[in-house]
Amino acid sequence: MRSALKEAALPAFAIAAALLLFGVFVWFAGASPLEVWLILFKGAFGDWFSWQNTLQRAAPLMLTALCVAIPARAGLVVIGGEGALVLGGLACAALPYVLPLPGNIIGSLALCIAGALAGALWIALAGWLRQYRGINETISSLLLAYVAIGLFKHLVEGALRDPASLNKPATRSLAEGLAIGGIGGSDVHWGLVIGIVACLASGLWLRATASGFAVRVVGGNPRTAQLVGLPAGRLILAACGLGGACAGVAGAVEVAAVHTNANASLIAGYGYAGILVSFIARHNPVAVIPVAILFGGFGAAGSLLQRRLGLPDASVLVLQGLAFVLILASEGLRMIDWKALLRSRDVPLPQVRKEPQLHDEPPVPEQANAREEPGLAHPPQAARPLIHESLHAVREAASLRRAPQ
Amino acid sequence: MTADQWIALMAGIVGGALRVGAPFLFVSLGECLTEKSGRINLGLEGVLVLSAMASFGGAWLTGSAWLGVLIGATAGALLALLHGLLCSLDRVNDVATGIALMLFGTGLAFYLGKPLIQPQAPQLPAIPLGNWSENPVVRSALQVNALVPLGIVLALLLWWAFARTRIGLLVRMAGDSANATRALGYSVAGLRIAATTAGGFIAGLGGASLTLFYPGSWNEGISSGQGLIAVALVIFARWSPLRCIGAALLFGGAGAIGPALQSIGVGWGYHLFNTVPYVLTLVILVLTCKPGSVAAGSPGELSSTR
Repeated sequence: MRSALKEAALPAFAIAAALLLFGVFVWFAGASPLEVWLILFKGAFGDWFSWQNTLQRAAPLMLTALCVAIPARAGLVVIGGEGALVLGGLACAALPYVLPLPGNIIGSLALCIAGALAGALWIALAGWLRQYRGINETISSLLLAYVAIGLFKHLVEGALRDPASLNKPATRSLAEGLAIGGIGGSDVHWGLVIGIVACLASGLWLRATASGFAVRVVGGNPRTAQLVGLPAGRLILAACGLGGACAGVAGAVEVAAVHTNANASLIAGYGYAGILVSFIARHNPVAVIPVAILFGGFGAAGSLLQRRLGLPDASVLVLQGLAFVLILASEGLRMIDWKALLRSRDVPLPQVRKEPQLHDEPPVPEQANAREEPGLAHPPQAARPLIHESLHAVREAASLRRAPQ
Repeated sequence: MTADQWIALMAGIVGGALRVGAPFLFVSLGECLTEKSGRINLGLEGVLVLSAMASFGGAWLTGSAWLGVLIGATAGALLALLHGLLCSLDRVNDVATGIALMLFGTGLAFYLGKPLIQPQAPQLPAIPLGNWSENPVVRSALQVNALVPLGIVLALLLWWAFARTRIGLLVRMAGDSANATRALGYSVAGLRIAATTAGGFIAGLGGASLTLFYPGSWNEGISSGQGLIAVALVIFARWSPLRCIGAALLFGGAGAIGPALQSIGVGWGYHLFNTVPYVLTLVILVLTCKPGSVAAGSPGELSSTR
């Protein structure tokens, strides 16, 4: 518990600092920082209406954050969650075109599975390219995201287009029974439950199962994984596939619960915001839940900022960017030993264990040898200067490391 | 298709290669310089968008396109400087920082660029390369951005500097062996910050050519991953500024296929043809990368290829 609090302290500070800087930023734009902070809070968590809006946005964020977090545990930086989300939404909207679905929960489940499969394939492709073709997965996943968006637009404006959608091209709307409804009559849909369950399940998988542990070994030290004989390629593909499946489900849920058809509104940047959420949660699937709710809240407050203070809707993007930059900077400050820094400006050298006759005197002269009893617990004569040398080297290395570079 | 349409299509693609390729050229040169110093800056996507906004805004406010270019490039340099400084902290990963600056730069640009969506800014002059032709389609297609010659000169300059000058060798040394640099008494972090900042300045010129020449206006979809394609393009160009020219033209041509087809009335698959640069990048990466081995010509300290 203590360590968990300690882990959370730096991200919390980083977010607080980001909010502070954001206040300065809007102050330049002529708005009152105090008012902005108040509206940010009100718009996100002020009343039940804002909470509904917040949670509605948090659901896809959790799932797209998992698309970054799970591969990150296997050592991959995947940033193409947007592509998996878009294709997941497309697969969900397209499934009723090819398959008559029952208008009940089984149908909705089939939609989610279709989305998961599409997303899983897309991100697993990036993982495959990395593992078997040596291509940097950060670049390839983002390129694939652009390809996915192109594919999405092509199909939504072409083969899958509902002729009735005149101004804004869209696919045919899902049948009434297939849509995912709200929880207990609220605006918060069941996607939130899917998101939370996915976060908890993947957290449990990484922490408590052998395969999850193996994934973490592959991510932590590929060489060890190789030595132990873990199937690194398959594990990386599995991690990417799972992550992609989560983002795909996010797209499917957005279509089935919010838009009821696939249209350009689906490309709303949840995939990119998910990267931020995952980094702030330090790629811990369980920590993703609160962070996603927080940033869902900021997203929800964005429209209120726009209405009340006339700030551009991109102001939330600035806040997100600031938070991201600061969270990374805080990572650099994590290892600094603040207490030692406060105590004294020059940190003492690490002490090398002293053995007086080896240490400070020049190599043992011939006469001195005569005084010693030969063949006792001392190291052989020839070894002595060597030990002396190596001790000296250690000491020098230690002082070198401390010297300002 | 008739002969005229063919000519129009080819002129559209060739002209487009020069027009669409200009931002690719500048961003890839900036990325090349950054990567030569041993860091990878994915934030150049953010730099590109921010400098596109800043140069448009600067040109609009000052009434001079060239002042706008300067303002845009400076904005790009400042954002890249932030990347350089952040990465100099211990345990801060350059790839993650790049992603953060990508989000931050685009957010900042969208925020500050809100009032710039309507107005018209003075544009950069065009160099008419097509005057030899009688065909008006060819003439209008071969209007080339005045920044393109500058980019080519810059590529030559970088190539010469890397090979011949002291500062060029220092940058390469920082990229190949941090230990060697330290042993000779130079600051690795300082060299990398300088190279990253200069790279941001060059990439900023690419942003300027987006809003001040082609497409020539500011909107939030101004760049769709050109900054990231440039990262892949540098791998394709094997970290040589000269090869960056060819690679940028190739990608520009690929990006121009969609609009060129649309201009002659082929509307089908517009969005599909727009994905050609991304697919091309992936195909080239598949062809040039080998698993488990370092790409030829890559700087030794680069984390993306290790």
